[in-house]
Amino acid sequence: MEQKQKVVIQANQRSSFFNFKEFWRYRDLLYFMVLRDITVLYKQTILGFAWAIINPLFQIVIFSVIFGGLVGVKTAAGNMPYPVFSALAVIPWTYFSNSLSASGTSLITANHILSKVYFPRIIFPLVPTLSKLVDFTISFLILMGVMVYFKYYPGINVSFLLIPLLLIIITSSGLGLWFSALSVQYRDFKFALSFMLPLLMYAAPVVFPAIKIQQKLGNTYYHLYALYPMVGGIEGFRTCFSKNTAMPWDLISISACSAFIIFISGLWYFKKMEKYFADIA
Amino acid sequence: MSQTVIKVENLGKAYRIGMKEQKSETLIGAFISTIKKPFKNFRNLNNLKKFNKKEEEDIFWANRNISFDVKDGEVLGIIGKNGAGKSTLLKLLSRITEPTEGRIEIIGKVSSLLEVGTGFNPDLTGKENVYLNGTILGLSKKQIDASYNEIVEFSGIEKFMETPVKRYSSGMKVRLAFAVAAHLDPEILIIDEVLAVGDSEFQKKCLGKVHSIASKEGRTVLFVTHDMAAIKALCTRALLLQKGTIVKEGNPTEVVDYYLQNATTFSEHSFYIDTSKRNGNGKFQVTGLDFLNSKMEKVNVLESGMDLNIKVSYQCFEKGVNPVINLIIRNNFQTEIVNLLSRVSHKGVLKLNDEGYIICHIPKLPLMQGRYSIDVIMKYDFELTDEVSNIITIDVEKGDFYGTGKIVESMKDGILINHSWQTF
Repeated sequence: MEQKQKVVIQANQRSSFFNFKEFWRYRDLLYFMVLRDITVLYKQTILGFAWAIINPLFQIVIFSVIFGGLVGVKTAAGNMPYPVFSALAVIPWTYFSNSLSASGTSLITANHILSKVYFPRIIFPLVPTLSKLVDFTISFLILMGVMVYFKYYPGINVSFLLIPLLLIIITSSGLGLWFSALSVQYRDFKFALSFMLPLLMYAAPVVFPAIKIQQKLGNTYYHLYALYPMVGGIEGFRTCFSKNTAMPWDLISISACSAFIIFISGLWYFKKMEKYFADIA
Repeated sequence: MSQTVIKVENLGKAYRIGMKEQKSETLIGAFISTIKKPFKNFRNLNNLKKFNKKEEEDIFWANRNISFDVKDGEVLGIIGKNGAGKSTLLKLLSRITEPTEGRIEIIGKVSSLLEVGTGFNPDLTGKENVYLNGTILGLSKKQIDASYNEIVEFSGIEKFMETPVKRYSSGMKVRLAFAVAAHLDPEILIIDEVLAVGDSEFQKKCLGKVHSIASKEGRTVLFVTHDMAAIKALCTRALLLQKGTIVKEGNPTEVVDYYLQNATTFSEHSFYIDTSKRNGNGKFQVTGLDFLNSKMEKVNVLESGMDLNIKVSYQCFEKGVNPVINLIIRNNFQTEIVNLLSRVSHKGVLKLNDEGYIICHIPKLPLMQGRYSIDVIMKYDFELTDEVSNIITIDVEKGDFYGTGKIVESMKDGILINHSWQTF
């Protein structure tokens, strides 16, 4: 007979950093919660998954008209047409923003489950970062459409695609951990998040190329800028599709470090606060 | 060989309760407190999880100094009035919330059922919800696959498994949810009052399921219920909680009897009027209801065949013509058993003071063993002045109604009628 598991529950217990064994036992729950998010999202809509396209598509059109047409932002990266340039940033940004805003409020939304059942709480903020990948994948259709229309096809860089993608996923789940744990206790963070996301978009190289910072402020600021992990994420993602530009490995590695720090510290804070969730949610 | 599987030592759980805030009287004071407000909010929110000074006035101990052991294979019933800390105790045992003091040791796989259908999503189909709810309760996909057909069969709603749950009736939802829960197969099962759902037939099915889990080799069950008969029938041991601490522990029958005898002392008031459920213009109102025996002493549990006086205390704010009182007695299923109408059964006119009480005398209580509730209706002729449903719940125990020395064992929740037999 196998050894029965023994659990000790104690006042002011020091939480273990991350119990991977326990998390692995609940992997099916993670799977079904992601599946739930995906199935429920576009239920009872007429357009269904087309909504995953409509939202970024309109943003791309608006950015192309304003920044590409009126302002005349130079894309710098090898004569990339502005709509392609814009699509390559708006699509990953939409994923980041949707996933972060859902995981930031995931504990508040689930507070009825929180107070009735025990399972690793970390599943809540992780679910959106996975389920929003479906929308992200669908919106690749836009990218293909725009590229075909402008006859702009990616080169060899596209083989690195997974790296900036992973960087974006880690950033959004790291921030998701922070915001979900903070907003359970202080609902202010829920409002702060929805107010900050548009600002964060303009801070990231979405409507302009990151190289602009280097041109205007010099190399030091250019590298400091990359501490904002979405700089490496967005610029890296975009360069993957660029024909004759080298990958900005300097930006990507700086951003990766800071994304990693955000993720680990988020995990730490989340684990620290976890035991209070049911009481303060 | 029975081994201790749950060991609870000196357990305590504190919560912060909201304190009334001081209102400033001056405009400047109000202005200053508005500015200070964010800092104060921050402190309050932060304090929600801190209990350094254990005796602050806004700290409420939902559980304190609780110690007990549960052995392998035991079925432990936990009883107590609402607010006695039963649910908090279960939450601590199921790791939903962390204790403020003390420690718990649990050996074995625990499943806890504080609610049926946690995480049900209205937009998902029955089948999808079975998987979601099952994994939330700690099952793996494989385990659910294996018992899926049984779950569907148990729920009795095979035809609707592909229908979104939002189109279900509430009964169907409960059936499906319980069916999932019933197929958990833990070593230790913790159940809050989830059995009190659904129709009586389904309740029987659920209780049967708990019984079969409990009687399986090495299964330990902890459950909270208000159903004293279930405690006596299923449990091997019982705990009585009052104001967060254990006041009695041991043989279920003894604990239940102790609880019933002292029933009213366990609540703050002998009865409680939910004003939101009160009707009438309030000119003539009930303020209390007590049960007295033939010696006019207060009793907390009744007995079939006893000489009973029901004392209805009242307040009369405005005099009116022909005051009337109705006492409606309902059984456990909320079915009306009798209606005592003073309009019909009393010859004269009831005379009222500003405050006082009216006694309704029942020479031989004809209620069978069971739990009954009483609705009070007060009127001036046909003008409704007060109506309180479920003003009090009272247990009736078996008694010698016929004076024959023979007691009916099995009959419950009904009426006894005096009668005689003759042979010719």
